[in-house]
Amino acid sequence: MKITDPHPTFLPVDNIDTDRIIPARFLTTTRRDGLGCHLFEDWPEGKAALSDASILIAGNNFGCGSSREHAVWALVDRGFRAIVSTGFADIFHANAIRNGLAPVVIAGEDHARLVSLLDDGPDHETVLDFTSRRLICGPLDITFSARAVPTGQAIPGDAELDLLLARIDDIERWEAHHPPRIDTRKDRR
Amino acid sequence: MPASPRTLFDSIWDDHLVIPGSSHDDSSDVLYIDLHLVHEVTSPQAFSILRERGLCLRRPGQTIATMDHSTPTVPPDADGRHAFSDTETAAQVAQLEANCTEFGVPLYPLGHEDRGIVHVMAPELGLVQPGMTIVCGDSHTSTHGAFGALAFGIGSSQVAHVFASQCLLVRRPRTFEIRIEGTLAPGVTAKDVILAVIARIGTEGGVGHVFHYTGSTVRAMSMEERMTLCNMSIEGGARAGLITPDDTTFSYLAGRDFAPRGHAFDEAVSGWRRLASREGAAWDRSVTIDATAVEPMVTFGTNPATGIAVGDPVPDPGGLPTEEERAALRRALEYMALESGRPLAGHRVDVVFIGSCTNSRLSDLRAAARILDGRKVHDRVRMLVVPGSHRVKRAAEDEGLDLVFRNAGAEWREPGCSMCLAMNGDRARPGELVISTSNRNFEGRQGPEARTVLASPMTAAACAITGTITDVRELLQ
Repeated sequence: MKITDPHPTFLPVDNIDTDRIIPARFLTTTRRDGLGCHLFEDWPEGKAALSDASILIAGNNFGCGSSREHAVWALVDRGFRAIVSTGFADIFHANAIRNGLAPVVIAGEDHARLVSLLDDGPDHETVLDFTSRRLICGPLDITFSARAVPTGQAIPGDAELDLLLARIDDIERWEAHHPPRIDTRKDRR
Repeated sequence: MPASPRTLFDSIWDDHLVIPGSSHDDSSDVLYIDLHLVHEVTSPQAFSILRERGLCLRRPGQTIATMDHSTPTVPPDADGRHAFSDTETAAQVAQLEANCTEFGVPLYPLGHEDRGIVHVMAPELGLVQPGMTIVCGDSHTSTHGAFGALAFGIGSSQVAHVFASQCLLVRRPRTFEIRIEGTLAPGVTAKDVILAVIARIGTEGGVGHVFHYTGSTVRAMSMEERMTLCNMSIEGGARAGLITPDDTTFSYLAGRDFAPRGHAFDEAVSGWRRLASREGAAWDRSVTIDATAVEPMVTFGTNPATGIAVGDPVPDPGGLPTEEERAALRRALEYMALESGRPLAGHRVDVVFIGSCTNSRLSDLRAAARILDGRKVHDRVRMLVVPGSHRVKRAAEDEGLDLVFRNAGAEWREPGCSMCLAMNGDRARPGELVISTSNRNFEGRQGPEARTVLASPMTAAACAITGTITDVRELLQ
């Protein structure tokens, strides 16, 4: 599995929060698709950097803040299949994996080399090889870690949901020994 | 066999472990969820997944829904019509009602006397109890850790997972002790403490961890203060924050609607005490905060880790180690229209917002009202006070707090998330500076180009009076 991007989107800014990825006023949708047009809506620098890239090279702690999966849906809808950073916020990381958007983690010094290369001239073809876990960009050959490969699948959560549904018998056995802690339907009067 | 020291977190996790991670190819555990809180913004796509796959909602009796994010905070008109900001927010709320009817989820809709912000309402009703696992499609679910429950935010896909299985696939996080010691000075609140904690460890400091708040300051805090503390765990990168339950917890729960009653309550308390006593001390990381040194805090930047004492100078980008950090700080100061080297105190304020799941409970409103009592909101300042729930609103009105706010010139609104995330139409205009008791000061959070300074309810009230960023201690004499 390999992604090749002639012009990755380059936004080496730390703490790109999910409000910046997609502002809350676009969360009124009840659907998962069609959010790409609002990606980075209120962030001129981010919006200006968008092209037809499939790889986003970002700063540390990408996706911090709100748990909104809409942030991942917007990135996927805009064509992104992998985000490269030194670290991701926990909830965003989990949301990304579930939607086939690969969170690619590289070491701090590798990130600094990548940023300085792209700072000098952004037109560097970038290859993410998910088999050998290597990022190739110009003269750089960087090892990365990623818990998922990009699928760009439109329907989130399938594999995990399948796994949970396959274990319903185990869950029922567990419940037989652990009565519910609460009944929200209880008549409180 | 002597047990290795376990934290409260370990006990709760192990008590809910249905299938350990080693039994399948991922190392995620299958964790059982006791209580699932639902709101209108992050649930519609999850209900759609159930529908698409022909699944039922497995445990509606362990699920509860409210509407808070996109709901109006102005009262309904004489015919009971709600003033939604647009057709989309109205449609989203209608969708939640339809979904809850279809899947049998108990819902606290607009007009219900107990409706409120999900993280204010659930504890009030006694739904949140020690030792539980609690999730919600909302990052501030960490609030409920104040009760010694393991509570964390999830994405909408995971909302569907819990709907369908009452379980989640999750990796076990590490533990991070936040020890807070000492007595708070006058004018200093739980909000100032958590802003100081996050300033110390950074927005990513807690990634992969659960915070466990310990120490004399935490023990002395009320449940509402503890909720403020745990609420902002996510702003320090931790999905959850925990506080060991004690008598303060148990007396808060006594008599609440969904708490056990009579003999069952006594038995429950014994169980909760046993849970607390199982606690060892084997933290993966630990940090100690001297609460006596914490001053009223305000944020200068565009993430919640930029808190400083209200009289301290805004940091100089030149003092930072890397060009990326310098550029980020310059960018933040440009956005905030603030100068380094000068304190925030004295800067002009346009809007004051008291509300949100961080600071909209009765004690928060009391603290703000104490400062405002007999005073006036400055001419140029627009002030919104948005109670966290109808129960908070009624209790505040019973004490006459609404009159204190109204007489001072503030707007007294209906419960909801309101200007915390500005998706219901309550928002600041471009360029306006908002003193906000909420939890996030991200660019555009309270409206495009709006500038947010996070602070406590007391500090916010003080700023409303003077029209400038103010050290509340000057108004305490």
